[in-house]
Amino acid sequence: MDVLVCLKRVPLAGGTLILTPDSRDIETKHLGFGISPHEENAVEAGVQLVEQMGGTLTLLTLGPSDAEEQLRSQLAIGATRAVLLETDGQEWDPQGTAAALVDAINAEETKFDLIIFGAESADSAGYQIHIRVAHALNRPIITNVKSMKIENGVAICDRVVATGREHYEVALPAIVTVRDGLNIPRYPSVPGRMQARKKPVDMKKAEARVPKLEKVNLALAPSKSKGAEVLGKGVEAVPALVEILKKIGTF
Amino acid sequence: MSKLPAKAKCVVIGAGIVGNGMVYHLAKLGWKDIVQIDKGPLPNPGGSTGHASNFIFPVDHSKEMTAITAESMRQYKEFGTFTETGGIEVARTQERMQELARRITSGKSWGIDGGRILTPAEVKELVPYIDETVIVGGYYQPTVGVVDSLRTGTIMREKAQEMGALQSFANVEVQDITVENGKVKSVVTDQGTIEAEYVVIATGCWSPKLAAMAGAHIPLTPAVHQMKDIGPVPFFKDTKGDIEWPIVRDMDVFMYERQHGTGLEIGSYAHRPILYTPDDLPSNATAALSPTEFAFTQADFDIQDEHAYELMPSIVGDENVREKYAINGILSYTPDGMPVLGETPEVRNLWSVAAVWIKEGPGTAKSVAEWMVLGDSHIDLHASNIARFHEHHKEEKHIKSRVAESFNKTYGIVHPNEQYESNRKVRLSPYYDREAALGAVFYETAGWERPFWYECNKDLVAKFGDKVMPRTAEWESRWWSPIINAEHLQMRETAGIVDLTAFAYFDITGPSALTVVQKAALRQMDVAIGRVVYTPVLGPNGGFKSDLTIMRLDADHFRVVTGGAHGMADKKWFADLLPGDGSATIKDITSDYTTLGVWGPNARAIVQEVTSADMSHDAFKFSTCKEIDIKGVKVLASRISYVGDLGWEFYVPMADGPALWDALWEAGKNHGLIPVGIGVYGTTGRLEKCYRAYGPELETEYTVVEAGMQTPKLKEADFVGKDAHVKHRAEKPVAMLCTLFVDDHTSSTGEKRYMMGNEPILTLDKQPITDAHGRRSYVTSAGSAPSLGKHILMSYLPTELAVAGNKFIVEYLGEHYPCSIAEVGATSVFDPSNERILS
Repeated sequence: MDVLVCLKRVPLAGGTLILTPDSRDIETKHLGFGISPHEENAVEAGVQLVEQMGGTLTLLTLGPSDAEEQLRSQLAIGATRAVLLETDGQEWDPQGTAAALVDAINAEETKFDLIIFGAESADSAGYQIHIRVAHALNRPIITNVKSMKIENGVAICDRVVATGREHYEVALPAIVTVRDGLNIPRYPSVPGRMQARKKPVDMKKAEARVPKLEKVNLALAPSKSKGAEVLGKGVEAVPALVEILKKIGTF
Repeated sequence: MSKLPAKAKCVVIGAGIVGNGMVYHLAKLGWKDIVQIDKGPLPNPGGSTGHASNFIFPVDHSKEMTAITAESMRQYKEFGTFTETGGIEVARTQERMQELARRITSGKSWGIDGGRILTPAEVKELVPYIDETVIVGGYYQPTVGVVDSLRTGTIMREKAQEMGALQSFANVEVQDITVENGKVKSVVTDQGTIEAEYVVIATGCWSPKLAAMAGAHIPLTPAVHQMKDIGPVPFFKDTKGDIEWPIVRDMDVFMYERQHGTGLEIGSYAHRPILYTPDDLPSNATAALSPTEFAFTQADFDIQDEHAYELMPSIVGDENVREKYAINGILSYTPDGMPVLGETPEVRNLWSVAAVWIKEGPGTAKSVAEWMVLGDSHIDLHASNIARFHEHHKEEKHIKSRVAESFNKTYGIVHPNEQYESNRKVRLSPYYDREAALGAVFYETAGWERPFWYECNKDLVAKFGDKVMPRTAEWESRWWSPIINAEHLQMRETAGIVDLTAFAYFDITGPSALTVVQKAALRQMDVAIGRVVYTPVLGPNGGFKSDLTIMRLDADHFRVVTGGAHGMADKKWFADLLPGDGSATIKDITSDYTTLGVWGPNARAIVQEVTSADMSHDAFKFSTCKEIDIKGVKVLASRISYVGDLGWEFYVPMADGPALWDALWEAGKNHGLIPVGIGVYGTTGRLEKCYRAYGPELETEYTVVEAGMQTPKLKEADFVGKDAHVKHRAEKPVAMLCTLFVDDHTSSTGEKRYMMGNEPILTLDKQPITDAHGRRSYVTSAGSAPSLGKHILMSYLPTELAVAGNKFIVEYLGEHYPCSIAEVGATSVFDPSNERILS
């Protein structure tokens, strides 16, 4: 079983976001980088499949050379190898990104049985890339999957919808996009980190494509106050607490 | 939330371990009306206190740092927030084993006992999860522990509130600190302005930014310290307390590992220096974790992972033990590694308590609070005094380059004489090129490049043979040359010329000038014009704040000459004594003047050749100064000596320096004049004469009487510390400063070893010696006395033991050597009647 997981290097925001002076990017001076949470589930799913069934897990990303940091972290979880399509650091539009990924997948010797994406990227959340890749590769795709198993060359997936659950069975090769809740992604161990340093990362220059979309600017969503309100100390706090419990209907 | 008050006696900015310590100790010392603000929430406002690793190793080679740490530990224990775990520093090299022996030695000197060397197997007994085959031994300190710094801060803050002395406000951001007539006036915040008599900056890595608001400088840089928590560790499954196993410092790879709960924290000072500026730090709102917890950069930690794996393979190598948390934590680093404490020289009543780590927090707060309220602290803080910095020390370039250089030495083996390599040649004397051509080996003081010895004198080593007391051991040969001792011996035969440009000079002038210098000096300053007075400068408790020379150049004109290293602190000390009505002013002329010294039996003959002035003993008396002419250059000549030979110091404007050097050098050719470095001036010449130095011998914790420096008659005029000094004169001193000789230098391997200073003096049965005030006896200064063929140690010894001929043991790098008292008090062991100086 050969699995491919596609990733994206994204800023790890924990506090209030700030934009760059031209409002076209998130200010990342104070931020670290990681991958989107759903992609962590994708990698974990890939690692588990290879652990159960044998085979390889390849990681693929398009991004700046610094994205090697994210690939190494996921290699530390248990992926086999990685491919980095190196850009000049500029954000590409979905068409360009998908086309570059498709070219890279086609160029691989391995014909992947399963390609897994996270349901959305944590920064732009465009829901575009996986569909475009599936279309270009002429493969079936199941999106927003919350549970998945592979049996006899068939991906058996469930996804949660407003009215309940939808159940899909699709023959491999296929593409699946996963959501958090699919599994509990593991953290790296130190031996994993050490092995990851020795695992191959193919660095390839990604040829820039003429973008069909232009990013004009970003705007911040109205911030929600995340400040905690101190209701009081000890017994004194009880009436205020009761009020709140009544208000939210639990009392 | 209640409103900020409009006025306060003191505003303390910062609610980390230091700010909380300050409000507590100020309140305890009786201050009321204290307002504490922090831009973050309580109890963890987001500074370094919130993520610090919180363990304390009590021993440092610095006496000051060890004393502050000991006081902090005492307070943590008092608050019930200290857990004793013991700690082991492990060595992977023999060089480190020597360093560990040196640390035990320093511990004994500073009163921290119980340290012992362990074999690898003994380390394994205490820490079963290490691989003992990668180490060669360890140093176990049973009193190592872990504190809860956030809890301690909260307790201290609440105690200050209980005393009715404090109001604390969280989430208040300082926008400005205003100053009026050189004195702090108010703190402007986003929630109002507070007028304050005193303002304390206790804001860790943000301190430079706040100081700059008032036009002051706190030279430090935020720097990254990486740490990673892994777990759960099966071996720790059954641990009962949060902290149960000894902390391990893997010294040779600059790392530590410590258990807490079921996890193992791995920290490092081995990664590349990652330095920021305070403006780089995010606000509490925009920070992903906290403003001082940056995203972990794994690539900087790759090698550290391997080193941790080597030492603790059963834990770190377990694939199921996973990273739980990892950060690039921000700490404060200063260009010389010491904290930044005290009133800023730029703004009166604006105090800095910065670059203080958890292990130093409560002790530092107590000491600085004493300094603010009582005028002085019990622990001598001279190495941390904010006034120590020269202008160039405050520049970003200096701070960053020195911290980048020293960061990886946090756990390094740092030789006491080790020199910085970065940001050198900042200040050059007018003789620099001449000295370089003579093969000068330059050491740095206060930015000045000073010749420590001259390679051109190499042949003298052969001339004097064994009299240079050659050293074979690498440690004490490092940053040393036998040429120093050869220069010494040659100077005693003929003469030497010494570059003293690194002195700091300031002129005090005006109708009240005499009052100012009288106030500062222990000795009588109402002397004839042209007198030169060497005098101690005392603090309010009668301990030493400095020792320096003051020349009376006119009725209302005094020139203070002092060492460069401490010069700026001295300047502030004198400036603080100015009356404030303009009747006396101080002018720093450090960068305008240069000094050359010429000493030795032939000094007079040399100088007389180039001047028309009468340089005879009767015409130019010792301890006097006058203007003379040297080959057309107007020179202020002062007949004094710090090396114990006849001679003068010559002061000229910088521009005249080269002409002065050339005149003396030319005249010296017929009289055997050699260039002599600071190795002689600062150590060998000084020690033979038993001259005391500020810092090693002269400090707050010892009195003038104990140093053997009291004048026969007490001067009538008032001076700082007089009351205490009068009391000291009336008491029997508890200890006396003694000069000792090492009687046998032979180590267990047969090699001769030479102490470097700071070693403990022990009784003949190898027990530490403590005086009635609880002070340990240790070597304040050590060095060769080439004229006597002896290695000299200075040490304060309890008065009852301070008897010439009494025998002791000195511990050096874990071995014991016999020594004995040669002199009690200030009498020189070389030329005790000063015939040479007075010839």
